[in-house]
Amino acid sequence: MSNIVELSIAKAIAAGLRKAMLENPKVLVFGQDVAQLGGVFRVTEGLHAEFGDKRIFNSPIAEAGIVGTSIGLAMRGYRPVAEIQFDGFIFPAFNQITTQLAKLQNRSEGFMNMPVVIRVPYGGGIGAVEHHSESPEAYFARTAGLRVITPSNPNDAYWMIQEAIASTDPVMFFEPKRRYWQKGPVNLDEPPQPTYQARVLREGTNLTLATYGPMTATALQAAEMAAEEGTSIEVIDLRSLSPIDFTTIINSVKKTGRLIVAHEDSLNISLSSEIAARVTEEAFYHLEAPVLRVGGFDVPYPAAKLEELFLPDADRILEAVDRLLAY
Amino acid sequence: MTAQASNNAPMVQFLTPEGEFSVSKGLEAYGKYLNALTEDDYLKFYRDMARMRRFDVEAHALQRQGQLGLWIPAIGQEAAQIGSGYGVGRNDHIFPTYREHGVAITHDVEMMSILKMLRGVNHGGWNPEETRFHLYAIVLGTQTVHATGYAMGVAFDGKVGTGNKDEDLAVITYVGDGATAEGEVSESLLFAATNNSPIVFFCQNNQWAISSPTESQTKVPLYLRGSGFGVPGIRIDGNDVLASYAVTAKHMDDAREGSGPFFIEALTYRIGAHTSSDDPTKYRDQEQVDYWTTRDPLARFEKFLRRQGVGDAYFAEVEQSGEDLATEIREATFALKEPPFENMFNHVYSEPHPRIDEQLEWLKRYEASFEEGN
Repeated sequence: MSNIVELSIAKAIAAGLRKAMLENPKVLVFGQDVAQLGGVFRVTEGLHAEFGDKRIFNSPIAEAGIVGTSIGLAMRGYRPVAEIQFDGFIFPAFNQITTQLAKLQNRSEGFMNMPVVIRVPYGGGIGAVEHHSESPEAYFARTAGLRVITPSNPNDAYWMIQEAIASTDPVMFFEPKRRYWQKGPVNLDEPPQPTYQARVLREGTNLTLATYGPMTATALQAAEMAAEEGTSIEVIDLRSLSPIDFTTIINSVKKTGRLIVAHEDSLNISLSSEIAARVTEEAFYHLEAPVLRVGGFDVPYPAAKLEELFLPDADRILEAVDRLLAY
Repeated sequence: MTAQASNNAPMVQFLTPEGEFSVSKGLEAYGKYLNALTEDDYLKFYRDMARMRRFDVEAHALQRQGQLGLWIPAIGQEAAQIGSGYGVGRNDHIFPTYREHGVAITHDVEMMSILKMLRGVNHGGWNPEETRFHLYAIVLGTQTVHATGYAMGVAFDGKVGTGNKDEDLAVITYVGDGATAEGEVSESLLFAATNNSPIVFFCQNNQWAISSPTESQTKVPLYLRGSGFGVPGIRIDGNDVLASYAVTAKHMDDAREGSGPFFIEALTYRIGAHTSSDDPTKYRDQEQVDYWTTRDPLARFEKFLRRQGVGDAYFAEVEQSGEDLATEIREATFALKEPPFENMFNHVYSEPHPRIDEQLEWLKRYEASFEEGN
């Protein structure tokens, strides 16, 4: 009998962090306002009361310092889990992440590992001011040396944060902030499939719809609506953005012959660009139509009153479904 | 002569440019470290400064002959580096920038590791845990935050202020005058101060950030840079190996004992170019270089040693061992092998990553196809 509980994504991440902190005293959680407040999204709520200042503490508001000191702590044998408060605030740390964190294992020819996790609430749909709704994952997914993962449901959130902490590679852990309070079952005993493997969430025959993070719920909604009209969509949750599990995507495309990739991020030079290119290279003869992409426009993330139009919704996905099936 | 205008701040000096030794009133806390030095220590300091200088001259020649892609000279900074390098304790960790060849020498980093990197064989590749001398950091200021994080970890481990000299340790990070402008250096000072971390920031002010004089990097003397963050500082004569040694040793001891971070500005001068790609004649007067050449740290320490009765035989022997070193590294550089192509794929990740594995396999097949074709 598995021990299954109902948790939100936020609470599942907290439960995963708690378990990792209990299991390994070298796990440290820090970032802006993560301690007593529990972070601006309350994801780390309760951990400070349980573990105290030595294990979870607030950092100065200096993202390069947060990531840079994480690197130093990892060199000292710690397993830092650093929180960047919002997606749009990660850029002061971009240098430390891309020139240092990502490269140190290679630079040192394997003399050091870099078991650092950087948690980043990302994506829009919360009506926020500028810099609070962005999807910067592609910058990191294309950076050699980093692993980039993103859960779309509470069970994955619980297990993937623990696997990120257990990894000896640096892991960017992107949290779908507008889905933080989405609830679902969490199996506390049995981990799901390996973290770097995509998952077929819904089987289908007419086309494949690959997505990740906050768009996963939207994709499932679109598939449900399409089913009512007799279109069978196979929905894949990528889960890992570096590496990307092309085996699962291509196996699905071989079956359906059609692929849509959807995400909140702008389309230009994005995860969907790479997936479209690779699927074309590796499954060309299985494709009945070009790979289509649904995503944000190639503009700065707009003001909140316009974000509903910027963010793809189920109708935008279905519009692409119609175009794809018309080939 | 603008670069000398900022030199008026008080600084710790134990050896005058003429090699006369004295400990001024108020500096007795450092004098204690000097009193503990033996003649063997003096001779070691000089020998290593001379080795560092000879290594530098030879590496420059190797670069000019096309054997190295780049050379980063440190001529003029021997006292700052050898002195401070020996001021670091046996458990302490060192986070250098990319010019700390002398500090590397004091911590048994193989000189060839540095030349390998500058030849383009690898990006570093010595073991930072074993040498406690971390990898060179080429992006300015990045290493100071790593050092601070490391120092925070040392404190979390309870390895500060226990009084157990076998256990306690501190961290030193090197930074140049130019790099102090980087935000990460300020963030490091802040994190170190708020965490009361066991760390010393050792700033070699060699007065030139490529072509920009210190005046264009700071409006206040650099030893005061930490004060707004709560990190006290001091300026030393960076061309005085005894000042560099004693001040580093004392403040590393203090950091190890729990006093928190400290900032040392070692005022020195970059006699050579920024790198072998630079041309300092375009931006500074020879007169300034000449002035600082008269303050050469090796010449100063030689005068001191001669006053102590060290004779020609020692200096001749040091010179000969420098020539031997030059021959040795020249031959070793010529003997360096090209790296196998697998190296670029190695250790990108510590756990398997399919993209890297696929590309390595592809490159192997591609390379093999030429062999089969012949």
